[in-house]
Amino acid sequence: MAVTKSVPRLLENPHTLCPGCGHGIVFRLLAEVLEEEGYDQKTILTLGVGCCCNMNPPAWKGDVIQTAHGRAGATATGVKVGRPDLLSIAYQGDGDAYVIGLAETLNAAYRNEPITVITVLNNNFAMTGGQMSWTTMPGQVTVTSPNGRDCDITGLPIKVPEIVASFENVNYVARGTTISAAEINKLKKYIQTAVRNQIEGKGYSMVEVVSPCPTNWRKGVADCAAWMNEEVIPYYPLGELKNNNK
Amino acid sequence: MKELWKGNHAIAEAAMRAGCMFYAGYPITPQTEVGEYLSGRMPELGRKFIQAENEMAACYMLQGAGSTGMRCMTSSSGPGFALKQEAIGYLCSNWIPTVFVNVIRWGPGLGSLDSAQTDYFQATRGGGNGDYRLPVFAPNSIQETIDLMYEAWDMAEKYRNPVMILSEAALGQMMEAVEFPEFKEGPKQSEMDWVWDGVGDRHSFNHGTPLYVDKPRRVREKIETMQENEQRWESYLVEDADYVCVAYGLPSRTTREAVDQLRAEGIKVGLIRPIMVWPFPFKAFAEIKKDVKGIISIETTDAGQVVEDVALATKKMVDGNVPVYGLYTAQKVVRPSEAVAFIKRVIAGEEKEVF
Ligand SMILES: Cc1ncc(C[n+]2csc(CCOP(=O)(O)OP(=O)(O)O)c2C)c(N)n1
Ligand code: SF4
Ligand SMILES: [Mg+2]
Repeated sequence: MAVTKSVPRLLENPHTLCPGCGHGIVFRLLAEVLEEEGYDQKTILTLGVGCCCNMNPPAWKGDVIQTAHGRAGATATGVKVGRPDLLSIAYQGDGDAYVIGLAETLNAAYRNEPITVITVLNNNFAMTGGQMSWTTMPGQVTVTSPNGRDCDITGLPIKVPEIVASFENVNYVARGTTISAAEINKLKKYIQTAVRNQIEGKGYSMVEVVSPCPTNWRKGVADCAAWMNEEVIPYYPLGELKNNNK
Repeated sequence: MKELWKGNHAIAEAAMRAGCMFYAGYPITPQTEVGEYLSGRMPELGRKFIQAENEMAACYMLQGAGSTGMRCMTSSSGPGFALKQEAIGYLCSNWIPTVFVNVIRWGPGLGSLDSAQTDYFQATRGGGNGDYRLPVFAPNSIQETIDLMYEAWDMAEKYRNPVMILSEAALGQMMEAVEFPEFKEGPKQSEMDWVWDGVGDRHSFNHGTPLYVDKPRRVREKIETMQENEQRWESYLVEDADYVCVAYGLPSRTTREAVDQLRAEGIKVGLIRPIMVWPFPFKAFAEIKKDVKGIISIETTDAGQVVEDVALATKKMVDGNVPVYGLYTAQKVVRPSEAVAFIKRVIAGEEKEVF
């Protein structure tokens, strides 16, 4: 029997993300988790700068702070200081959180700030038209690595969740993907666990989402999934990297 | 009863008494004592202190907390304050009341620890992108610093805008006998009608009108209202003065001594002391007599910054093409004798006007 899920209240309004974009799925899961946990009207979402900006109100019906490119870790820290009773969630792209905002991302995690950070890793700077990111795969062609990424001179794809997991008092770090229904179910559990980690006052939590960008990869949805399975996911292993709550 | 306090410690204690609930900052001389003091004092009163990873992060922490209506502040100097410029723009863009303390050291770059006013342009013009202004308080004593800190959040909340306290190295480091006001509380976060509260988008309204509607006009109206209502200055012997000096902060104290010395010699000199440097006190210039012979800016800059505002105010408020002179003493506060000598050279026609 087919299960029809109603659209979460937070997402009742239309959005402008591309069809097939991973961001759309992540926002959907986040909206579901917040409603299920009873926090859809008790959350301040801090958006980084990138395609997630498409979810500024009215697209996202909850409370949103638009911060500067890379600084969401710091802004979300301040939100939690201002309203410890609310959920403070930072939502960022890989360029935002791991390139320009690497300092703020790692430092917020390092201090074990009681916030939740969701990062969408799509191997490029999507919003500005597909430039190389620190997560761009070896040999991947982007508009600023036209001959394929040369890792000898640009670095290897960065694994920030692994760094964050190495901070001893950080409780929860996971990496999921939007690639299939089964993986989406797992991802929802990771987001739910991360959010509960904050609700229960257990400090910092991070979920990274390996996610397609059909527009800038210039691939159809099926080709996106195939490339992610072949190259991206083997490099970025999925699952809970750390769960001290168990 | 009055007690001896160091300027930077006084800033910190005054902030506490004005209802500051959260401080975030990064150490840099000559303002480090502000954060040091608050690192112990804030937790003592159940408030929050964060040593941030850098000056930018400190400001974005303020964006988060300030958006919820919490009274919060940061402080810095020189290159540290340069790093805050991007965030000040974001706070202005989102109309977030916050307080910035800048204890200026001589610059640019790493500069030096000398007392200076070389960040006057940065404070009054802004170093971030876009068209924005900050009310900037410019005290000239530790007592006045305390009194202005005590008002800072009230003004920030009134306009939903960041405000700045502009101090300078020597004022932060020296000690004076002062008295503190009683502790007061800011408005309750839940009672503010614009804050981010987790529910929805109340914050995107200001007195019933959505912020994003007609934003350029609303920004202009806010800036013009602040300009009209918030000019603040002290006039000293201006009405009959043939020459009027303009100086804010510490140079205003030594310039005042110079004015007294010249008056004793029968030379009619006066002083306008801006207490807010933005909005600049244009209205103060209305008192200047018609046949005034010259206006003299005295400032701790290398090549003249305040003098530009002095020239604009002179053009707008004083009839005739009155010459404007500038005495710039770079890394040290002007000595009274230096100011006296300069003013005498102006009178003798030996100094060239700047404007
Ligand atoms: C200070 C600053 N520098 C540059 C930009 C331009 N910019 C906007 S988004 C972006 C990259 C976003 O990439 P990512 O975080 O991976 O998000 P995505 O769009 O891929 O989801 C850049 C460079 C900016 N807004 N601010
Ligand atoms: S450009 Fe890529 S990341 Fe951005 S909305 Fe489109 S598919 Fe999504
Ligand atoms: Mg990206």
